[in-house]
Amino acid sequence: MTRVIGMRCRECATDYAVQPTHVCEMCFGPLDVVYDYDAIKSAISREKIAAGPPSMWRYRDLLPLEDGVPIVTLGEGFTPLVHAERLGAELGLSRLYLKNDTMNPTNSFKDRVVSVAISWARAHGFETIGCASTGNLANAVAAYSARAGLESFVFIPADLEPAKISSTSVFGPNLIAVRGNYDQVNRLCSQLVESYPWAFCNINVRPFYAEGSKTLDFETAEQLGWQVPDEVIIPIASGCQFVKHHRAWGELLDLGLAEGDHRPALTGAQALGCAPVYNAWREGTDQVMPVKPDTIAKSIAIGNPSDGTYVIRMARETGGVVEAVSEQEIVDSIKLLARTEGIFTETAGGVTIGVLAKLARAGRWKGDETIVAYVTGHGLKTADAVAEPDGTAHRFEIDPTLKSFREVVEV
Amino acid sequence: MALVRIPGPLRTLSQGDSTVELKASDLRQAIEELDSRYPGFKDRLLDPSGNLRQFVNVYLNDEDVRFSGGLDAKLDPKDEVSIIPAVAGG
Repeated sequence: MTRVIGMRCRECATDYAVQPTHVCEMCFGPLDVVYDYDAIKSAISREKIAAGPPSMWRYRDLLPLEDGVPIVTLGEGFTPLVHAERLGAELGLSRLYLKNDTMNPTNSFKDRVVSVAISWARAHGFETIGCASTGNLANAVAAYSARAGLESFVFIPADLEPAKISSTSVFGPNLIAVRGNYDQVNRLCSQLVESYPWAFCNINVRPFYAEGSKTLDFETAEQLGWQVPDEVIIPIASGCQFVKHHRAWGELLDLGLAEGDHRPALTGAQALGCAPVYNAWREGTDQVMPVKPDTIAKSIAIGNPSDGTYVIRMARETGGVVEAVSEQEIVDSIKLLARTEGIFTETAGGVTIGVLAKLARAGRWKGDETIVAYVTGHGLKTADAVAEPDGTAHRFEIDPTLKSFREVVEV
Repeated sequence: MALVRIPGPLRTLSQGDSTVELKASDLRQAIEELDSRYPGFKDRLLDPSGNLRQFVNVYLNDEDVRFSGGLDAKLDPKDEVSIIPAVAGG
């Protein structure tokens, strides 16, 4: 079965042959992969998916890698969907679920997109992988390039969290720390991509890369018994994954895999310190003006979000909203999630849970809706965010005696 | 003369040129000048109401022109203008 039949501009619908490029020559709009859905429909079924591997590749029929093409995998995806009863009780939500994507091989959802991107790149003759990254993508690109035996160039802002730097360099990439913010790193890379024959995951192979995001929704649907939840809370950086979640729910419904007649409400979460999409949403426009990021949620601190306009349109169309939270709310939400559910998320997850909590407390839901929050990265990546000001955790320090213990602990 | 860097997707229009020097004294004039040299350029960069297209990012030296005057941004002879498509992140 040939499932990918071309690429198409999301803005002006100009068609292109499958190739490593992300931008329409006519209008600069983003290109999307075009599938042969008739062929996919005759090939895919719930039974076939259930018999597939316990990874996101069980949905290969809806990914841009043809059958027989070797994939680069570390077992990404098929992460737990947790019924969050204790967090739900605090927020008045009886059917709150968390998609725990901290459980991926390099502990963020980026493993999904990178597995697709590097598989595609290797199959199409690329020998070097590149990316501009706020950290999570760097981890994933370095690891999957090592797994594939390909060289990698990873460009990061020089002020990135130390944990993200060391957990990337261990895989042996060419790690380039750029004195600038993420938007400047990205701009440099979009110039480099024209001079070097490399596959930049988030640039020239973005149309394929981005498709990997859909597997979050496929898994969520399958883990809910092929039901469509009422609302999904999604962190917004460039907006790239948000757009693909919209596509994924559409595919699930159109192919008859999920039960229902409409997508879930898709709600976007930003940090107030980098909230260009939220700003536009609040002002009632879909024209997103860039901002200069200043937030601890560095993994989603993109001041110039390429897909921001689509996020606003898709949130509106599905009945979702775009909301934002403060730095303090981010930290409080990381702790709230850890304390109630035993899941430690990074600052971007704090943004997602913060928005969930803010909307719940503002009375957005009756309480019995099925709400899913995508928790996209592990807390050890940004552990400093929850440290006390002196760098330690809250603790009792005692002498090794019973007396000393009884002095500080009353049981 | 200000230097303009032309991105890959527009080089079919610029006959393969990746840089061009312009006399223009502001960005709006620069786009007119580009269009007279390479017909069709303006349509690729501006929407029908004359604003920068949504997916076109223009940088004056290191600054996104959306932060520095938009199309009215002044150009000095030593300035460098880069036209860059929007990219996704992570």
